[in-house]
Amino acid sequence: MAKAKLMDFDKALEMFEPVLGFEVHVELSTKTKMFSAAPNFFGGDPNTNITPTCLGLPGSLPVVNEQAIRYSISLGLALGCSIAPTSRFARKNYFYPDTPKNYQISQYDEPIAFEGEVEIELADGRSFTIPIERAHMEEDAGKLTHVGGSTGRIQGADYSLVDYNRAGVPLVEIVTKPIFGAAADAPELAKAYVATIRDIVVALGISDARMERGNLRCDANVSLRPHGQEKLGTRTETKNVNSLRSVERAVRYEIQRQAAILADGGTITQETRHWHEDTGTTSPGRPKSDADDYRYFPEPDLLPVVPAPELIEELRAALPEKPAERRRRLKADWGFSDLEFQDVVNSGLLVEITETVAAGAAPQSARKWWTGEVARLANIKNVEPAELVTAAQIAELQQLVDEGALNDRLARQVLEFVIAGEGSPRDIVATKGLAVVSDDGALIAAIDEALLAQPDVLEKIRDGKVQAAGAVIGAVMKAMGGTADAGRVRELVLERAKQV
Amino acid sequence: MSDISAETVRHLAGLARIDLTDSEIEHLTGELRQIVDVVASVSEVATPDVPATSHPIPLENVFRADVVGDVLTTEQALASAPEHDGSRFKVSAILGEEQ
Repeated sequence: MAKAKLMDFDKALEMFEPVLGFEVHVELSTKTKMFSAAPNFFGGDPNTNITPTCLGLPGSLPVVNEQAIRYSISLGLALGCSIAPTSRFARKNYFYPDTPKNYQISQYDEPIAFEGEVEIELADGRSFTIPIERAHMEEDAGKLTHVGGSTGRIQGADYSLVDYNRAGVPLVEIVTKPIFGAAADAPELAKAYVATIRDIVVALGISDARMERGNLRCDANVSLRPHGQEKLGTRTETKNVNSLRSVERAVRYEIQRQAAILADGGTITQETRHWHEDTGTTSPGRPKSDADDYRYFPEPDLLPVVPAPELIEELRAALPEKPAERRRRLKADWGFSDLEFQDVVNSGLLVEITETVAAGAAPQSARKWWTGEVARLANIKNVEPAELVTAAQIAELQQLVDEGALNDRLARQVLEFVIAGEGSPRDIVATKGLAVVSDDGALIAAIDEALLAQPDVLEKIRDGKVQAAGAVIGAVMKAMGGTADAGRVRELVLERAKQV
Repeated sequence: MSDISAETVRHLAGLARIDLTDSEIEHLTGELRQIVDVVASVSEVATPDVPATSHPIPLENVFRADVVGDVLTTEQALASAPEHDGSRFKVSAILGEEQ
């Protein structure tokens, strides 16, 4: 495939105004699927969490999961939407083996939530309001694995294997209105929007929201129009964007790609495009065509959803703080500087630090662990920091430091053992004997030995050149295998120099 | 008279990935037209004060508690599959994309 021509990003923005739109799919973390009592879990062996309804077998009928309705209403409210007094399911008809019924149960002209807005914040602290058109409920599709061909992609595949464990998992699709005025912030805004949706659903406790696992998926619509033109340009819809970083890159790429085509006098094809993480490019999927004729009609197997006003108010009252409000409150509570706080927000560690503080650690200590050593190790292992340790473990580790049982170096060592799954910090300190040696007797013996081994240094210390003590402290720390408290060693070295 | 044309039937067959001959299309056009006309006769009896509905029984909010129930075994799930690999359904590679 020929490499697409790209225009310099700044130049593209001089010539064109980008208009964005997003469709974010959120998988709800209910215990069961949207329309059947099958477990909502698709990590296991293929085709093990399915019922006749998931397979669309003759005679099977869908029944709506009440918890999924509650979650969807909560999400709608958190997005500032109105909740429809009556909403209805509809069949979206299409023929593809990822859905065994040849239709997906979704919502069409009567979604459960509509007309809202979400405040997002860019890295430099500026905020932006994203208009929400609707949030509707639907079911996820099965997973296809294409076999044969050279690339594992659908082109050239010999056949496909289907696992329906994911079929019927409850989804809410959040659709924005066109977003204007993002200009050069468009890529960052895209990332911040998806991150905010993630924060909202995590705060609501309605989704695991792990992008790498597909719990949260984003389709990014991008179009360009010359400055001053009212008519919207032709848009493309980039799918398969499954990390925050990819969302940002994909939007930037599409702006650059479309600008190059338009500047050359070409036209944009309205199409689905696929994001490729490895090359950082998009490639054309299918063009919008007859296949998009979904012939929606009301789902005759399901009845309208008419949420009681009391239920809506109950769920509204239970809403967590909005992410932007929460950020403002936490920053004040923790007393972080602007820079420290932005660093936390940008690294996506707000939740982890909040939990660590709740588990008893001082905010600054919690921040240092998560944005420092844990983030560093996560980066090396190419995983999310929260996959390595829990907030409770970090709080316990910090408590050991506060008690004086661990120095910084030992604490980092204990952290590595915790990550390796060897137990809680306190257990590891006990079993590995990693605690700081507070028994002065053992220290004094090591210090005396080190001082006598370096008579010239001893002489200098006695002459009042205390900086010379460094060499002895180093030798003692080494002799103690790093388990000594360096401050205490220093005190004792100066004391012993007068006595040996 | 409904507006089911041969073109409509061809289009629907295309969406459903069913290959139809011209004579089949002609035959189905007649049948579908008749079915739609019969259904359309409902609107002759329905007066303007009868609201449209998607369901014959005026019920709403029929829900299920979020409690896990029985599932099929993989063997049961695959029992009627024309082809499978022991754990997954095997289908011919179809051009197109996941929706």
